[in-house]
Amino acid sequence: MSNKAAAAGKESGQRAVYLPLIAGWLVPGAGHFLLRKWWRGAFLFVAIVCMFALGMAMGGKLYTGAENILDMLGLAGDVGNGLMFFITHFLGIGAQHVRVTTADYGTKFMVVAGLLNVMAAVDAHNLRTGRKH
Amino acid sequence: MFQPSHFTAVLLFALFASTVFGITMRETPRRMFRSGTYCFALFVCSVIVFSWVMYFISP
Repeated sequence: MSNKAAAAGKESGQRAVYLPLIAGWLVPGAGHFLLRKWWRGAFLFVAIVCMFALGMAMGGKLYTGAENILDMLGLAGDVGNGLMFFITHFLGIGAQHVRVTTADYGTKFMVVAGLLNVMAAVDAHNLRTGRKH
Repeated sequence: MFQPSHFTAVLLFALFASTVFGITMRETPRRMFRSGTYCFALFVCSVIVFSWVMYFISP
C-alpha cells in the first residue's frame, strides 16, 4: 500500500515538474510565482507585459499566419507570449500591416517579448528541477 | 498610437530585455542586478557606437 502511494506521489510530482514551465508560458512570471519567487516573477511579468503592450501601442503587427519562412518565425515568437497572444489574436487587436517605422519596432517588441517569455518559463522549469537555485 | 524616437525605442527595448536577461541568467539578486545593468550598458553603448559608424559610412 505504501509503495503504491509512494509511486502515485512520485508520478504526480513528475507531472508537476512541467507546471511552472506551462504556467510561465501562459502568463509571464506565473512559473516563478508558483515556486514562490515573488520578486523575480513580478519583475518578469512587468518587463514582458510592458514590452508586449508597448509593441501593440506602437501599432505592431501580430503574426497570425505562416505564409512564408519569415512569417513562420514571427509567429513562433508571438506564440511565446502565451495567453496574451491568443487574447489579442481572438480580439483582433494587432495590426495587419506595418505602415510606419514605429510599427516595425512594435512588431519586433512583440516578437522579442514572446522569446523572453519562453526564456523566463524555461528558467522557472530549471528552478523547479533544481538545475538553478 | 505611441511613436517614440529611435533612441527611446532602443532604451525601452534594452531596459526590458536586460531585466529578463539578468533574472534568468544569474542566481542571486545582487548578481542579477549587476548582470542586468551590464547588459543594459552594452545595449546602449553598442547602439551609440554603431550609430556613429553608420553616420561615417553613409554616402
